[in-house]
Amino acid sequence: MDERIAEMRDDPAVDLTVDGNAIGGMLATMFGVDVTGSPGQCAHCHTVSVVGTMRVYMRGPGVVVRCPACAQVVMRIVKTPTGTYLDVSGASFVRIAR
Amino acid sequence: MAALGAAAPSTAGPATRAIDWQLATVTATRDETPTVRSFTLGLPGWTGHRAGQHLDLRLTAADGYSVERSYSIASEPERAGEVDITVERIEGGEVSPFLHEVVVPGDRLEVRGPIGGYFVWGASLGGPLLLVAGGSGVVPLMAMARHRARAGMTIPTRLLFSSRGFDEIIYREELERLAAAGDGFEVIHTLTRQQPAGWTGYGRRIDESMLAEVLEPLGASTRAYACGPTALVEVAANALVRLGLPPDRIRTERFGPTGT
Repeated sequence: MDERIAEMRDDPAVDLTVDGNAIGGMLATMFGVDVTGSPGQCAHCHTVSVVGTMRVYMRGPGVVVRCPACAQVVMRIVKTPTGTYLDVSGASFVRIAR
Repeated sequence: MAALGAAAPSTAGPATRAIDWQLATVTATRDETPTVRSFTLGLPGWTGHRAGQHLDLRLTAADGYSVERSYSIASEPERAGEVDITVERIEGGEVSPFLHEVVVPGDRLEVRGPIGGYFVWGASLGGPLLLVAGGSGVVPLMAMARHRARAGMTIPTRLLFSSRGFDEIIYREELERLAAAGDGFEVIHTLTRQQPAGWTGYGRRIDESMLAEVLEPLGASTRAYACGPTALVEVAANALVRLGLPPDRIRTERFGPTGT
């Protein structure tokens, strides 16, 4: 985990990153509960990381959530006038506590 | 900017859930530094929070345009019916200049929360506790320090706090008081740009050797929370892992270069 995070320190885009904590409210409106403490698995590298630690880019027209280990896209969220699109095709699961 | 304000919330009342927008009344403001101000928000429908959580704030213009920002809660959970947020004014930002220049006690703002189940701390998690803050990243850590003091806890706790200059240290006097209480809370400052004459604290960015010195008295079972700009949090989290803390005892919150 540590060495994989270290690789991302050289990524200039890291400066534009926040983390999954920042979209806790947005996700709570979709899932009905807080998921920042929930583990999710990246469908690309299969690393399981807590949603609050995932890399979040929210300065564009939508929100892009990337895996903290491999930087692949885990989730995309786009709000339109008629609804919100939630693309979780980059996640193999998100465990929501009961 | 002045056209932004609070729209009527869709739901409120006793059954308010964290994910519903509710109307908060600003009851007090306090300048922490020349560019950082705290706001006390009266929230009759607040369900209570845990130290480290944040809230979302929404401003809506007359034409329906709205903008949301997340702000960490600065106050301890023991205070009922109100919370403090502490906001750094970001030049060119959309929300923080409005909060600083326009909002006064009596104004109403829409908020949603509390939010977050990861970057939280309470007595049940225990310690020793290492808090690492950069600039306004101190805000959720202050909620933890206030909670710890208010609940009478004596868990050994050290706050390593990086600020640019002495006058930019947020909560400086309150932190001095907390440290003077003699209940195991210590503050270690580093000033990265300007140090006053006779400064005996650190005078550089947080790095691994600094973290090693600050962590040493707390030991290997320390629980660490780091909050601040992304680069600082990355440095701190990686260094703490190399210093032997298990990754699952390190929790991080990155707010990027600006919170606007």
